Amino acid sequence: MKNIGSRVYLALLFIFLYAPIAVLMIFSFNSARSRGVWGGFTLDWYVQLFHDRQIMSALYYTVTCALLASVIATVLGTVAAISLSGMRGLPRALTTYLVYLPMINPDIVMGLSLMLLFISLKIPLGFVSMLLAHVTFCLPFVILSVLPKLKQTQADLYDAALDLGAKPLMAYSKVIIPQIMPGILTGFLLAFTMSIDDFVVSFFATGNGVTNVAITIYAMARRGMNPKINALLTIMFAGVILLLFVANRRIADAKPRR
Amino acid sequence: MKKKLLNGPYLAWMLLFAIAPLFIVVWYALTAEIGGERSFSLANLQRVFEPIYLRVIWHSLKLAVISTFLCFLLGYPAALILASRPFRRRTILVVLIVLPMWMNFLARTYAWLSLLEKNGVINSVLAFLGLPALNILYTDAAVVLGMVYNFLPFMILPIYSVLYKIDHSQIEAAQDLGATPLITFQRVIFPQSLAGALSGVVMVFMPAMTTFVISRLLGGGQYTLIGNLIEQQFLTTYDWGFGSALSLFLMALLIVMGGLLMRSRGDNEGGLW
Repeated sequence: MKNIGSRVYLALLFIFLYAPIAVLMIFSFNSARSRGVWGGFTLDWYVQLFHDRQIMSALYYTVTCALLASVIATVLGTVAAISLSGMRGLPRALTTYLVYLPMINPDIVMGLSLMLLFISLKIPLGFVSMLLAHVTFCLPFVILSVLPKLKQTQADLYDAALDLGAKPLMAYSKVIIPQIMPGILTGFLLAFTMSIDDFVVSFFATGNGVTNVAITIYAMARRGMNPKINALLTIMFAGVILLLFVANRRIADAKPRR
Repeated sequence: MKKKLLNGPYLAWMLLFAIAPLFIVVWYALTAEIGGERSFSLANLQRVFEPIYLRVIWHSLKLAVISTFLCFLLGYPAALILASRPFRRRTILVVLIVLPMWMNFLARTYAWLSLLEKNGVINSVLAFLGLPALNILYTDAAVVLGMVYNFLPFMILPIYSVLYKIDHSQIEAAQDLGATPLITFQRVIFPQSLAGALSGVVMVFMPAMTTFVISRLLGGGQYTLIGNLIEQQFLTTYDWGFGSALSLFLMALLIVMGGLLMRSRGDNEGGLW
């Protein structure tokens, strides 16, 4: 009895969570342009999508920005996490607050405050400003993914490497980094997904015709969304699912060997 | 010593792109343009407390509280069910709950328009079942729905992550000592899940209080929450001073509320993960 109730509850929950996604995907195959009407099945939007210069440029900026921002944030964040793990007392407490700041700060405040900064530093609002903003909000995700892994590595491993004659840099690259690699990868992926999905901060931090996919959607939402966007989002979503599936398979394959 | 030097680039980055921007906001909030140059003034902050704006703030607060409460009401049972499932099953379920977040959130919110419209999907289903139509688009109800929809996973996941760590032998012990399932829940499970529920509340309340996208898309063009008001000041009316004052007020409000909630939780590291 109880079991049936909980199954029904989960089913309703998933209908609630996935209904809008289903609608969005279904309309990417709809030959009628308006969103209320079903005009028959078509793949036209998937073809036209690649000829739409506005959408393609938004996609290009989104992906380029996400790649660059997550790489920069991963490098900067990993180094910061390593140094943070060696700190004690007040400096550690203060730095921890600093790490959390971009997460606690509401995204709208972060966006507008960065816009004010860029304007006062005379950095033109465009791709570079968007990238700088993205790195800033990606950093905490990298640091918070790497820190737990650093906690797990034994503190004397680094000293042991030094005793065996490794230079500090070598001790890091050969001993510490391989140990915390899973954390670094998690951080990179989190940063990438945060960046690719961001709207609010980008909305404030960009300008001059540089837009990402989210901003394009927001602009379109006012005059009715183009089914080409639905097609693009369907492809991106399918890509994520595929990626998760492959990653999951690799983890499953790797497990028995241990 | 070397480790400290390593921290240099990060600290410099954060000083420039996280701390300095906040000081600029404070500066704009506390100055006003008089005779072509900005000088100290409390006028912007005073304007925040004018009745029209207080009403907007109150309205935003109300909707955020309602959404948070609904998320808790819907999310807690879900987390409970998730935690009771065998390991493999619940991993899949958690992935299914996180998965929608990989679809752009604007597009998902926008898709609710197609669902809620007068002749939309939901009303077609209702009409088919002979039930009265639901017309909530461009009302408070639609905005709350959008908030609950977008932020529900933020409530489920932290509660779940606390629940599944509860030592099962404690539950067995309670039952052995004669506790009914209800009392076991009241005295053993619920108190231990409170930490997760609190971070869930914070993680839902904060974005609900600051959003301007959900209210714009589902509330219609004229709909105003504090987020919309702030966005207008920066991108439509260019009143950066007033916009900054509103932002400052919003941050203060969130810090006070978040601080009170987090204080009762008591740890400051790794809570999110």
